[in-house]
Amino acid sequence: MDLDKTQSEYNATFFKEHQKALYKSLEDKHTTVEIDKDDPLETQMILNMGPQHPATHGVLRIVMELNGEKIVRSKLDIGYLHRGVEKIAENKTYQEFMPYTDRMDYLAPYSNNVAFCLAVEKIAHIEVPERAQYIRMICSELARISSHLLWLGTMLMDAGAVSFFIWTFRERERLYDIFDEVAGHRFTVSHSRIGGVANDFTEDALNSINEFVGAFPKELKDWNKFLNRNRIFIDRNKDVGVVDHEKAIDLGLTGPTLRATGIAYDIRKFDPYMLYNQIDFEVPTRLEGDNLARYFCRMEEMAESIKIIKQCLGKIKKGPIRTDNAKKAYPSKDEVYYSMEGLIHDFMMTDTGVCPPDGAESYHSVEGPKGELGYYIQSDGTGHPWRVKVNSPSFSNLQGLEQILDGEMVADTVVIIGGVDPVMGESDK
Amino acid sequence: MSEKTAKEQFLDDIKKYLGDDLLEIQDGYEFPNILIRKDRLHETCQWLKHEQHFIYLVDVFGTDRFTSEGRFEVIYNVVCLRTRVRIFLKVRVEEENPSLPTLSDIWRSANWNERETYDMFGITFEGHPDLRRMYMPEDYQYYPLRKEFPLIGVPGSIELPSTTPDKA
Amino acid sequence: MGLESAMGEGYFTTTVDSLAKWSRSNAVWPMPMGLACCAIEMMAFAGPRYDAARFGSEVMRFSPRQSDVMIVAGWCSYKMSHAIRRIWDQMPDPKWCIAMGACASTGGMHRCYGVVQGVDNFLPVDVYISGCPPRPDSLLNALMKIQEKIRNEQSVLLDTNE
Repeated sequence: MDLDKTQSEYNATFFKEHQKALYKSLEDKHTTVEIDKDDPLETQMILNMGPQHPATHGVLRIVMELNGEKIVRSKLDIGYLHRGVEKIAENKTYQEFMPYTDRMDYLAPYSNNVAFCLAVEKIAHIEVPERAQYIRMICSELARISSHLLWLGTMLMDAGAVSFFIWTFRERERLYDIFDEVAGHRFTVSHSRIGGVANDFTEDALNSINEFVGAFPKELKDWNKFLNRNRIFIDRNKDVGVVDHEKAIDLGLTGPTLRATGIAYDIRKFDPYMLYNQIDFEVPTRLEGDNLARYFCRMEEMAESIKIIKQCLGKIKKGPIRTDNAKKAYPSKDEVYYSMEGLIHDFMMTDTGVCPPDGAESYHSVEGPKGELGYYIQSDGTGHPWRVKVNSPSFSNLQGLEQILDGEMVADTVVIIGGVDPVMGESDK
Repeated sequence: MSEKTAKEQFLDDIKKYLGDDLLEIQDGYEFPNILIRKDRLHETCQWLKHEQHFIYLVDVFGTDRFTSEGRFEVIYNVVCLRTRVRIFLKVRVEEENPSLPTLSDIWRSANWNERETYDMFGITFEGHPDLRRMYMPEDYQYYPLRKEFPLIGVPGSIELPSTTPDKA
Repeated sequence: MGLESAMGEGYFTTTVDSLAKWSRSNAVWPMPMGLACCAIEMMAFAGPRYDAARFGSEVMRFSPRQSDVMIVAGWCSYKMSHAIRRIWDQMPDPKWCIAMGACASTGGMHRCYGVVQGVDNFLPVDVYISGCPPRPDSLLNALMKIQEKIRNEQSVLLDTNE
């Protein structure tokens, strides 16, 4: 492929340097696939799957060189949703940063909230009461189910089965109702606060969670019955996008994408946080490493989440939902309205916030639905962090996607992207 | 219990391996932060991967310490799956022409992470197969996460599309 | 519409005009520029509960050549702005634009170097929706406002590019 020929045909009217560098690096990409030099039918072309495309995984741009129907090599271009969240974090207090974490993995916002809270609680040595931990666990698992539901709906919609999108969204609407009741917002809740949670479960909320947990397994069973032995589905997903476990570890994949290759790396078991070591659940893994394995991993994870929620609902006991220490957490609204100290503490927390010790650093990761989501915080003694680094699972998975796509058919691209399940808000922090 | 001794065992091993080039171990935290000298980075990582089985590189990122010497610090988050030990390897680089040897030949997952560090801080990685910017377009002149870069950005540094439609 | 050229210069009936406006307003096909979290609410807006199809937005046409209204959902970064503008230019007249959410309207909570502070810096926006993310009901309200705008302000004769 002659770069000059490509450049003259492609009239880049914006970011010329950027486009030139991207296409040049596509040309220079090392690959072991043989390229046919004499090409009388001109079967080779460069296809740009641009930042806006219907496979609704956000703004992901893939530039691929095709030889007929096969992808010879491909390059990903991300950053179309970059906003500099890490820079913003350096100018906000820890609690003010909470809504930004919601908007990173916007399919399961609760896990991001919890991850950040845990990192801050680690660096500032804050103890969280038990009831708050159970509430966080229940809502994190509900968020995981919500994210996997969206994954299922969009992956199948992209593969052609449009009704699934409607069915999964119907279930997601039920989850939205639960979150609405619990936190006041449908999905970008900022419910988890440093030191606990914002408010307690009401009776209605508990009832709706119980109802959901009762009704959802039947839906899952129906979908499993429909898809697990469906000839079309299996043909589209079997041996598509295969990764073996050594390559997966080397590429830094994480989450269900890694577990589908055989490595049972789940932070909830590797390095348990909150009260996961008291809950009995399994980590589904598969050995094949193809798209079908990723599908099975996620479906089984949804069933495991229901198990976890049931156990938490059984174990949860009455108690405080936020730690009492005035320097570490916001006081409850009762105290703020009816006592002078509560008012002053509320003001101080909003103004200055939690102040971890100077020079302290902490890293905490949780098992988000996409993989290992970690927050690394460096503090300089003030209420603003010095550096926040977000280790987003979608970033690592997209890095692996570049290697997975080489050698696949172009029509499988959409299904593979669906299987890897990236969220651009997270990977493009 | 066994995890603690695995961590201690590893810390002893790395002290023996590096000797004086191991500048500091900050072990007050759950995961040890190990600061090493820049020129021993590549071989230490080879040793970590092949001898100590730290096969999983989770993250590479930089921080701006805003001090006059050793301004930038690049941190590597590496995990050993076998012994369940996670360490943070730190290296400091100067402000003038910051550069480090790339680790993408040891762990392929370092590739994009190093590109991101280059994009945000301007730290170049020698031997990197594809050192382009990650998030900002290639034409961009600045390194956003440096402390002197303003949050709102430099007005005019990146162009917006025109409001009259293309005549093409 | 080549109505003016078919029926001669200056000749139109109000009934034809209102027929055209009625049909246009009840078949507004959105082109979703779903960028971020608001895109998920936009998917819910097309979903079973807040069904957009009963308002005429039967399909979400992802091709700009086949759509009427572009819903910009989510924050627009500088890098993406050129792609959005290019897609906007490809949409045929008459077209409208909805800036969904705080981030598309004014940059929202993201006041930083990467985010365009409001999509109206390079797009002519018709309806702004506030919320972060706005409920699908708000998006339905915005769709109804666009329909009202079409019924009240559009005119077939004045619908020319020069």
